[in-house]
Amino acid sequence: MKYTEEHEWLRVEGDVVVVGITEHATTQLGDIVFVELPDVGGTVSKDDEVVVIESVKAASDILAPIDGEIVEVNDALTDNPSLTNEDAIGDGWFFKIKPSDPSQMDDYMDEAAYKAMIE
Amino acid sequence: MSDLLQTPLHDLHVRLGAKMVPFAGYSMPVQYGLGVMKEHLHTRAKAGLFDVSHMGQVIVTGDNPALALEALIPVDIVGLAEDRQRYGFFTNEAGGINDDLMLANRGDHIFVVVNAACKDADIAHMKAHLEPAVQITPITDRALLALQGPAAEAVLSTLDPAAAEMNFMDVATLSLNGAECWVSRSGYTGEDGYEVSVPNGQAAALAQVLLDHEDVEPIGLGARDSLRLEGGLCLYGHDIDTETTPVQAALTWAIQKVRRTGGDREGGFPGADIIFAEMASGAARKRVGLRPEGRAPMREGVPLFATDEGGAQIGAITSGGFGPTVEGPVAMGYVTADLAKPDTVVYGELRGKRLPLTITKMPFTPANFKR
Repeated sequence: MKYTEEHEWLRVEGDVVVVGITEHATTQLGDIVFVELPDVGGTVSKDDEVVVIESVKAASDILAPIDGEIVEVNDALTDNPSLTNEDAIGDGWFFKIKPSDPSQMDDYMDEAAYKAMIE
Repeated sequence: MSDLLQTPLHDLHVRLGAKMVPFAGYSMPVQYGLGVMKEHLHTRAKAGLFDVSHMGQVIVTGDNPALALEALIPVDIVGLAEDRQRYGFFTNEAGGINDDLMLANRGDHIFVVVNAACKDADIAHMKAHLEPAVQITPITDRALLALQGPAAEAVLSTLDPAAAEMNFMDVATLSLNGAECWVSRSGYTGEDGYEVSVPNGQAAALAQVLLDHEDVEPIGLGARDSLRLEGGLCLYGHDIDTETTPVQAALTWAIQKVRRTGGDREGGFPGADIIFAEMASGAARKRVGLRPEGRAPMREGVPLFATDEGGAQIGAITSGGFGPTVEGPVAMGYVTADLAKPDTVVYGELRGKRLPLTITKMPFTPANFKR
């Protein structure tokens, strides 16, 4: 698992990367009440705003961590956005992206480095 | 952060694990361990305890303080029965609202509770206009707690059975956990409940005794905001301010007949001419409740339009968020008078898209007051 400074986690599953936000991020955000997901089949570039999440407190943007094609989104979040609070690194994932340049993953932190960052 | 004021419950908040934030010059709990959503739902299901000690408590004494206050507030205060409470507001010369407040007739004085952010200005305003005929005394040696929710009566009655005898908007002096408390049966959540003014030195102990009850949880400012929004209650500085008149704000119900045109004590408050003219001919804009379609919350500042593209802006959201009891987004805001009818659809511009909202009667959740 890799981590971004924006508190996203990236998990490689075969030739796609699953993206979500960390438990640390959900704790900071509070109860999540709305998630707007990208269109499946769309191509995104690194740092594009791909997901909007709204918590009881505020709206936040989630940026695409890498270039690629959105191949699947977690539709369950549309009706039940609290899944992200309940299981941030499991059922609360946002989207799966097929990387166009897998080497971009090398830019990101491993778990030890991420834990050091949030401490 | 060191220049922030603390309420007498500060140590209790910290011990309970509250997330403290700056609010109106005070360090206040925005949420506790349950989080905003669960705190909100707990208050509607059982009872929540809020620290609202940052609010201003003021006593007005002297010769007919009720009549004196009517020079600043367009409300029937003279006719307010002893040990009854009423909602009101200070108006300005332009007919706008300087602050909203609660007034209680305590026999030999009027007890006033005002908003934290406005309290210094309110006290100066009252002193400047009303002294020395009456005396304005800020009460700084008392904390203010709110116990809100359907279980509030049963909980407070364990400390003084007289709590159960009170009706909505009654006030009384009760002995709670050995403290002489000034209690009103009112609040800011749309639920039955009480607000309790308690001496500073006895506040933390009273709060702890209430929290020891299995039905009571501590509730932060986050849920206080979502509760009052579902309850259709205005937040000063957002839904009402110095630019909004009571007519625009749909608060004319708070101006009793005796203070209106043709009443025995008609006018005599700042901005009366402007407010009466608007009452007679209608205001150009109105505060309304709004239900966004879908799940996306629309917050303060979102511009409103009559159509899904083009056209001039017809209003804006002044408060908005997610309503945990409604299980969806709720908002209030101002729209032009021609659109201010229930079931009218307007459009809010959110992230470059216009999304529909339906004008809806408030409260969004049924009020559960003990009438």
